[in-house]
Amino acid sequence: MTDSLVLLDHSADGTLRTPVRELVTLARGLGGAIHGVWAQDGAELDAATIADLGALGVTQVHRVSADADLHLSAVLAEAVASLLDATGAGLVLATSAFENKEAAARLAVLTGAGVVTDADGLVVEDGRLVASKTVFAGTWNTRCAITAPLAIVTLKANSVAVTPADEQVTPSVVDHAVTVSASARRVSLVERTERPASGRPDLGSAHVVVVGGRGTEGDFTLVEELADVLGGAVGATRVATDEGWIGHDAQIGQTGVTISPRLYIGVGVSGAVHHRGGMQASGTIVAVNSDPDAPIFEIADYGIVGDLNDVLPQLTAELRRLRA
Amino acid sequence: MRIVVCVKHVPDIQSDRTLDASGRVVRDGGDGTLNELDENALEAALALAEAAGGEVVALTVGPDDAVDAVRKGLQMGADEAVHVLDDAIAGSDAIGTARVLAAAINHVGAQAPVDLVVTGMAGLDGLTSLLPSALAALLDLPALPLAAEVTVEGTTVRVRRNLDHASEVLEAALPALVSVTDQANEPRYPNFKGIMAARKKPVTTLTLADLGLSGSEVGTAGARTEVLEAAARPARENRVLVNDQGDAGTQLAAYLVANQLA
Repeated sequence: MTDSLVLLDHSADGTLRTPVRELVTLARGLGGAIHGVWAQDGAELDAATIADLGALGVTQVHRVSADADLHLSAVLAEAVASLLDATGAGLVLATSAFENKEAAARLAVLTGAGVVTDADGLVVEDGRLVASKTVFAGTWNTRCAITAPLAIVTLKANSVAVTPADEQVTPSVVDHAVTVSASARRVSLVERTERPASGRPDLGSAHVVVVGGRGTEGDFTLVEELADVLGGAVGATRVATDEGWIGHDAQIGQTGVTISPRLYIGVGVSGAVHHRGGMQASGTIVAVNSDPDAPIFEIADYGIVGDLNDVLPQLTAELRRLRA
Repeated sequence: MRIVVCVKHVPDIQSDRTLDASGRVVRDGGDGTLNELDENALEAALALAEAAGGEVVALTVGPDDAVDAVRKGLQMGADEAVHVLDDAIAGSDAIGTARVLAAAINHVGAQAPVDLVVTGMAGLDGLTSLLPSALAALLDLPALPLAAEVTVEGTTVRVRRNLDHASEVLEAALPALVSVTDQANEPRYPNFKGIMAARKKPVTTLTLADLGLSGSEVGTAGARTEVLEAAARPARENRVLVNDQGDAGTQLAAYLVANQLA
């Protein structure tokens, strides 16, 4: 039995980030109490969110406030360390957002914890926590035991099927105020601009992602239409973002957004190694490209050598017809 | 301004990368190269040193071949290089590696103060992204990670960064640590003059004993994680490749529906 602290990432309007539900589902499998950590960073924790967390099995929600900005990873790390002391939890679970990895690294130095980032599973074996993760751009599977008494695990999105708890609970809400060290205050957050929601699912955690590359020649209309009929997100290659066809935040790759959706569709994507590093762990990979030698065909479950201007409209229309 | 840039020698991502029986990255396959993302770190450090005046020290930790990473740094324009080489380092996790780097930076700082530590955003081998923040914590420096843009004015460093859901501007007083992304700059190529000049630049090799570190704090002994299993993923099965004969879109729709993907 391991009690967990689960970081409840949320947007500026207080909406839980989608992968948080995966974290809670995963924590339930470990058998201990589940403490949610809600950073009081301006967004309100509303009753609907508390009920949502209770349905997933969160036993207690800690509303943490600090005398510095909790968006700063050094501040967040000290706040979580303080909650570890207060709860005695043996595991910190977080999404694999960059900020959380930064806080995880600091927390590991503060507490001596063992860290696994971008895990896709976590179980207890012989009393130890064992995380699974893929490495080398999704080409290797590894399993890794955390040998320290305290574990920090960040989970890759789309790793766990979200299920409600057998018994719904009403989590208690506890306020926890933290005074951070002078050293955590040395970075100032001069500006923070949250990107507005696009109306499509969040790219990092979407179940379906349609990606446009060089072959689109800058026109993402067909890519967007297909994404919308599938209820998916729109991503892009480095070429497409460098050309300014779409924002840099849509770039899929090992230095951009790393995705592992159930379905990846690459449209006019050649499959350069940097791009593959960000999507190779996807469930089913579909590729449409006019170049039969495109490297993406080496990893595609379903490849079509053809003109995207013929294939995509037909695919989108047929999906609409089958749905009707 | 005195800048230390941390660089890593990693297996080329274009090569067949493998893990050994104990789950460690095989680093002696001859396919090693300077971690591409560290080229951005070198470029950022060199540009800042050129603008403000100062010097750049390239630092690496790793087996014999790792010296190639700092040599590339010298060729690009770094002034001196430090290579921490010790068998006891093998098997370090990210925090253990950060301990070695922190001790080495303190060693470099003992000769003359270090104003800025620059790293890449991640190593393309492990891709944990843990090192920059762990290193800053160990050195007790303010961290400004994931810079898409970095500027230094006087003694203030400012960074613009793009996160999954937001963009931020961070600021801190020097000394500080910055990690830079591949959006930050276009790394320069070493030219002939740079390659020739690099041959005369000093490369200092240090052991854990030189840094006052014991083998129990780093390497396998100091690691807080243990790889139990590592296996190459099996190739994908039942793959389909079709040439569009005019109905490929319709066929794909049927495939997606049949596999409950649409």
